[in-house]
Amino acid sequence: MSTQILEKTLMELSHAGRVGVTLPESDVPRSAERPPAALLRDELPLPELSQLDVVRHFTRLSQLNWSIDTHMYPLGSCTMKLNPKVNDAIAATPAFAEAHPMQPAEDVQGALAVMHGLQRMLAEITGMDACSLAPLAGAQGELAAVLVIKAYLESIGEHRTTIVVPDSAHGTNPATASMAGFDVVAVKPQPDGDMDLDALRAALEEHGPTVAALMITLPSTLGLFDRNIVRIAEMVHAHGALMYGDGANLNAMLGQVKPGDLGFDAMHINLHKTFSQPHGGGGPGAGPIVVSARLAPFLPSPHVEQVDGRYALADPPHGIGRLGAFHGNFGVLLRAYAYIRSLGADGLRAISEAAVLNANYVQARLRGAYDLAHDRTCMHEVLFSGRRQKAHGAKTLDIAKRMIDYGYHPPTIYFPLVVDEALMIEPTESETKETLDAFCDAMLEIAREAETQPELLREAPHAAPLRRLDEATAARKPILRW
Amino acid sequence: MTTETQDATTPAAGPAAEAPAVQHPYIPLTDDDRAAMLATVGAASTADLFADIPAPHRLPALDLPDALSELELLQAMQALGANNRVATERACFLGAGAYRHFRPSIVEPLVMRGEFLTSYTPYQPEVSQGTLQTIFEFQSLVCALTGMDVANAGMYDGASALAEACLMACAVTGRRRIAVSDRVHPHWLDVVRGYARGRGIAVDALPHGEFTLTGEHACLAVAQPDFFGRVSADAGVWGEAAHAAGALFVVAADPVSLGLYRAPADYGADVVVAEGQALGVPLSYGGPYVGMFACRERFIRQMPGRIVGQTADLDGRRGYVLTLQTREQHIRRERATSNICTSQQLIALATAVHLAALGPRGLRRVAELCYEKAHYAAAALDALPGYAVERDEPFFHEFVVRTPRPPAEINRALMERGIIGGLDVSDLLRHRMLLCVTEMNTRAEIDALATALEELA
Repeated sequence: MSTQILEKTLMELSHAGRVGVTLPESDVPRSAERPPAALLRDELPLPELSQLDVVRHFTRLSQLNWSIDTHMYPLGSCTMKLNPKVNDAIAATPAFAEAHPMQPAEDVQGALAVMHGLQRMLAEITGMDACSLAPLAGAQGELAAVLVIKAYLESIGEHRTTIVVPDSAHGTNPATASMAGFDVVAVKPQPDGDMDLDALRAALEEHGPTVAALMITLPSTLGLFDRNIVRIAEMVHAHGALMYGDGANLNAMLGQVKPGDLGFDAMHINLHKTFSQPHGGGGPGAGPIVVSARLAPFLPSPHVEQVDGRYALADPPHGIGRLGAFHGNFGVLLRAYAYIRSLGADGLRAISEAAVLNANYVQARLRGAYDLAHDRTCMHEVLFSGRRQKAHGAKTLDIAKRMIDYGYHPPTIYFPLVVDEALMIEPTESETKETLDAFCDAMLEIAREAETQPELLREAPHAAPLRRLDEATAARKPILRW
Repeated sequence: MTTETQDATTPAAGPAAEAPAVQHPYIPLTDDDRAAMLATVGAASTADLFADIPAPHRLPALDLPDALSELELLQAMQALGANNRVATERACFLGAGAYRHFRPSIVEPLVMRGEFLTSYTPYQPEVSQGTLQTIFEFQSLVCALTGMDVANAGMYDGASALAEACLMACAVTGRRRIAVSDRVHPHWLDVVRGYARGRGIAVDALPHGEFTLTGEHACLAVAQPDFFGRVSADAGVWGEAAHAAGALFVVAADPVSLGLYRAPADYGADVVVAEGQALGVPLSYGGPYVGMFACRERFIRQMPGRIVGQTADLDGRRGYVLTLQTREQHIRRERATSNICTSQQLIALATAVHLAALGPRGLRRVAELCYEKAHYAAAALDALPGYAVERDEPFFHEFVVRTPRPPAEINRALMERGIIGGLDVSDLLRHRMLLCVTEMNTRAEIDALATALEELA
C-alpha cells in the first residue's frame, strides 16, 4: 500500500542544522561549577526546522480542522457556541498572562478580584451558597464535588458507599463515582424521558442508608427538563442522600431557574460550554463547583476570600485539598468572568431563551423526517433517533458523516446510550435563523438520500480531507509516535 | 477606578421580558426571527418553551453586574489588571513549579488560529486531522524528551499527572500504597493525597533519598529536579530500590532541564510526568497548563487520558484517530482507567510549536542559559554577608538561600525596588527563600538583586 500523506510530521520535515528561533549568548561568566557528567544527556532527538517550515506546518494542519470559527458545530451536550475574541484578548494581556501563581496576594489583587467575582457570580447564577474555582475540568469538578460530599457525610458520621446515576448519564458520572470510591447503581428513565420515580424509589429503598447521592444532569442528557425534579430531590433528601447536579447543560437554565432552588446540594459547571471558553480541540476547560452552605467547609483549596477589602487565597477549614498545582485554570476563569460581565442578567436570560428556541425550531423543522426520541418540548438540544434511516440502510454514523459533505460538523451520535441510533443536536444561541434553516434543509435532504441512495451516506464523507479511517487497526496495532 | 467590588454591587434589573432591549452581538435572533420561529414551533411565546420548569422557581432574580459593552469590558478588565504587579516590568526570580521562559513569537499566533482554538475533541477524524496530528506529534515529542516508549495526549497539569501516574501504578501492581519523596512540590504531594484518598489508597511521604520500600508499595515517585531545584546523581539507585520492591519508579521531571540532563528512561523510570508550562506557555496565574505523561510500552492499556494513533483512510492515505478508547470513561464508564476527558490540547499544541521552533539546540541552549545564570546568581548571593546558598547538592535553575531576615519582609522590600523575589519557604525551612533564574533574567537584573539583598541584610 503506497501511503499518501496530507502533511508530513515535524520529524519528516526535520533537516539537521536548521533552527526556528535565535537565542542570546550568555551574558554571565561560565560557572566553574559544572554539572556532573553522569547527569548529562548526549542525545536529544528533537526535530530541526526553519521558522517558515514551522509556521507552514501548523498553519496547514489547522486548515485540516473544522471549528466553530469555520463551520456550524451542532454537537449535542458540548455547547459549541461563539467564543468571543475579546475574551482571548483579555486573557493575553500581560497584566494577567504574566502573573505568577506563587506571587504574594498583595501583588495579584486584580487576578484575585476576578476569581472572587466569578465565585460569587457562579453561585448567584446557580442559586448556591459557595463556589470553588479549583477544578481544572468538568470531570475533575465532578470528582471534587463527590469528594466534598463524601467528606461532609463522614463528618456527620455517615459512611455511605453508593451513588445512584441514571443510565442516560455522561460516562464521566459513573467513572467519577468509581474514582471517589463509590459503587454505582444505575436507574432507567421512563418512556417520556423523565426519571422513573418508581425505579428511583426502588433503588433508594434497596440501597437505603448506603446511598450518598444521586448524580443527575439537568436538563437531562435527553435534552429534557425533568418535570419531577423537585419530587426527586425530596425523595433523595428523605433518604439522607444529597443531590448532585451535572452542569453540562446549564446553557438552558441561565436566569430561567436556579438549581439551588430545586434542592441541589452540589453541581459542577463547564466553563468551556455555557461560559464560552474555547474548547481548543480538547481543552483547556474548567469545572468550578458550587455547593450549598453545609458543604462549603469541605471545598478544595484554594478558595478566594475577601477580608477588609483585600483578597486572599484561603484553605477551607475541612477542605479536600488541592486538585492541581495552583489555583485553577485562571485563563479560563478570566474568560468566563468577562463573558458574564458582557451579558449581565438580562443577557444571560436571553442566551438560554435563544438556545432553547433554536433547538425547538430544529425539532419542529425535522420532526417529519427523523424520529424524535421524545416528542415534547425540548430544552437547548434535541434528540433524534436514526432508526427510520437505519431501516433504509443508512445508520446514524452514516448520517453524521454525510453532514460533513454539506458543510456541517456532525452532531453527537450514539449518546445517550439508552436511545437507539441517537443523534443529538445542540444548535446553541449563536446561530442565525438563516444558518439554522440551511442546516435543516441539509438534514431534510440527507433524510431523502437515506431512502433513495443510502450508499451515498455509507460512503460519506466524500468532501473531507480524508475518507473514513481504520480505527480497528489503530487500536489493534497501536502506532503512537514517530 | 472601576473595581470588581463596586461593579458587582450594582443592582440588577428584574426578570427580563422576551428579549433584551438591546440586540446583543452574541445572540443573533431578532424580533422577526423569533416571531417566525415561534410560529413554526407552534408556541405563543418563548416563555412557553420553559413550561416544564416548576412555576414557583421560574425566572428568579439574578443579582449580577449590569452588562458591559466591549469597550467598557476592556476598560474594566484593564483597571483590574492594573492591580497586578507582574514580571513584564520587573525582574522576576520566582519559580517553584511555574517558570518564566522566552516564548518565540510564532507560538501564540499559530496556537490561537481559530481552527485549533474553537474545535472540539477530535471524535470526527475526517475533519479533525489538524488536532489529531498535533497530538501525535506532542506524544512523540514527549517520548523524545523523556526517553519513554509511549505518551498520552496530555493531562490537566503536572501535579494531576503525577497523581494519575501513582494511581496507574496501583492498577498495574494491584497494590494500594504509594511512596512519594517529601521533596516533590508540596502542592503536587497534596494532589496525590487527594486522588489517593478517593480510592482509599495510602500515601507515604518518605524523607528524600531515604527510600525504604516494602512489598506493599505500588510505586516510588520522586521529582528530578526536586522542589528545591536539586538534581541528584542517585536517581538510578532509587529506581533500583523501587524495582527491587516490585514497585514502579515514577519520575516528575522539568521539561527544560531535559535539554541538558539525562532522560529519566536512562535511569530506570517506568513513568515520567512533567509540567509542560515551561515550554511556551504563559504563567497566567497558574493555568491553564498541561501535564505530560509518558511510560513504558507494557502499560499502554492502563494509561489514563486520550491517546492518538496513526492509521489510514479507505483510500490508504495516512491519518490519525483517537485510539485505545476502551480505557476511557465514555466507553467503560465506572470501570475506566480515569474519569479524565480532556487533554489540555491547546496547551499541548503550544508546547509542540515551542519545541519545533527551538529544536534540540535551542532547548539545550535555554537549559544552559538557565544553568549558567542560576549559578552566577547563587555565587553572587552566597558571597553576601548574612546570606548563604545551600550548595551541598548540584542544582539546575533553582536554589535555596538562607536569609538574614524573614523572606516575606525581604520580598516586600524587593517589590518596592521592582524585583519579584523568590518563594518564601519558611514554613518548610526557617528563613529560607527558593530562587529561580532563567534565560529571562539578565546579568544586570541578577546584579541588582544582589545589591538589593545586600542592602536589606
